[in-house]
Amino acid sequence: MMSEKKTVTLKIKRQDGPDSASYEETFTIPYRQNMNVISALMEIRRNPVNANGEKTTPVIWEMGCLEEVCGACSMVINGKPRQSCTALLDQLEQPIRLAPMTTFPVVRDLAVDRSRMFDALKKVKAWIPIDGTYDLGPGPRMPENKRQWAYELSKCMTCGVCLEACPNVNSRSEFIGPAAVSQVRLFNAHPTGAMNKEERLEGLMGDGGLANCGNSQNCVQSCPKGIPLTTSIAAMNRATSLQTFKNFFGSDH
Amino acid sequence: MAASRDFVSRKLHSLLGVIPLGLFVIQHLTVNYFATRGPEAFNDAAHFMESLPYRYVLEIFVIFLPLLFHAIYGVYIAFQSKNNVSRYGYLRNWMFYLQRISGVVVLIFVTWHVWQTRLQAAMGAEVNYQMMVDILSNPAMMIFYIIGVLGTVFHFANGLWSFFVSWGFTVTPKSQRVMTYVTMIIFVALSVVGMRALFAFV
Ligand code: HEM
Ligand code: SF4
Ligand code: FES
Repeated sequence: MMSEKKTVTLKIKRQDGPDSASYEETFTIPYRQNMNVISALMEIRRNPVNANGEKTTPVIWEMGCLEEVCGACSMVINGKPRQSCTALLDQLEQPIRLAPMTTFPVVRDLAVDRSRMFDALKKVKAWIPIDGTYDLGPGPRMPENKRQWAYELSKCMTCGVCLEACPNVNSRSEFIGPAAVSQVRLFNAHPTGAMNKEERLEGLMGDGGLANCGNSQNCVQSCPKGIPLTTSIAAMNRATSLQTFKNFFGSDH
Repeated sequence: MAASRDFVSRKLHSLLGVIPLGLFVIQHLTVNYFATRGPEAFNDAAHFMESLPYRYVLEIFVIFLPLLFHAIYGVYIAFQSKNNVSRYGYLRNWMFYLQRISGVVVLIFVTWHVWQTRLQAAMGAEVNYQMMVDILSNPAMMIFYIIGVLGTVFHFANGLWSFFVSWGFTVTPKSQRVMTYVTMIIFVALSVVGMRALFAFV
């Protein structure tokens, strides 16, 4: 067939290193069916020539699973933070604008450093401590209906989109962000995890903790996994309110 | 473990916004509303408030100190956020933004209003119906008061919504939605009270 050769135009916000200035570079690449943003970036990597025909450095980005479960490939696509692996070119308006998320420090080009999210998970102890020197045996069972809603919370992939959307997460604030708050709810709901629930709540009540939330509720609107973040936030507000009461007035359990 | 400074300050800020500041605003608007029954009724009501026992203790602990803390910490909070309504134009994000804008409006309005009334009283002026008539006879002042009262009432009503979330009363999306309606009805109701009182002085 003699069909005209279709192309895709991408305008990419680039940055050579953490401290260098950003600039925009335009690329025009051949179109193939069912492309996603990552396959477009791979095309640029194969042939790093910009729209002016000049040879340039390949654009750097992060990826892992390519099926929207690892969260590594988040970037701002046409103004919206989302995963580049599930952003299909056919559904995007051209020119496609790619930029790194603004809440996190840029490592290079579209790759950002999401350390603040992992630090937040450590701060609130978002895990279940079961390691020891001997076999503790089977844990308590989890009711099925509870498992079902907890499963929804467990879908979080630390992608950073909710932090990007949150007006209270920025370089001026230490706020841990919505994702870690919801993880406390998840691990505190687990029958074994509940044995350490106070420790996680104390983490939430620390500096930069849950109280920094101002309820803009952008997070719940933005989460690609549809996690009920604002329900988690309010639930943890209740839990920390009760915990404060117990801490101050005393409680046997 | 002792609670962190962030946690204690934020919770105190939230609590003071409702108790006592929110309650004070309602009380204050109610006293002003007596103006709709004429100068006599307003002066009697204002005089009753002035003649409350241990008035200075009430003024300092129910109004001045809570307001000082809430306002200073509120400015700090307001300027810490990076508003993004142009990219995320959702209702609650707008409310979040308006909460911060109205906080600054309240700060400017209340500072001026306290200077014009309470501090003048401390310097010997008498706060009464006539004083408000004189102030509000200036159209610019009238507009300033209308904006100030509406801003304050909005800030309180919308603040009440986030208070209910911040303390964990409204957890489900449904209860939060119902609370949006309830607090907006409170906003409208208190606005009517405030506006009727203001226009009673012209
Ligand atoms: C008449 C005086 C005031 C009243 C009755 C009042 C009431 C409230 C209430 C009820 C809240 C909600 C608290 C929460 O989210 O849990 C609030 C929040 C807030 N107030 Fe005020 N306020 C007043 C004055 C001010 C002033 C002068 C400022 C300074 C700019 C201010 C700034 C703020 C801010 C920024 C918030 C949001 C806090 C957050 O979402 O984390 N307020 N206020
Ligand atoms: S809660 Fe949703 S938006 Fe936030 S990091 Fe997890 S998956 Fe991403
Ligand atoms: S590569 Fe894992 S979410 Fe996109």
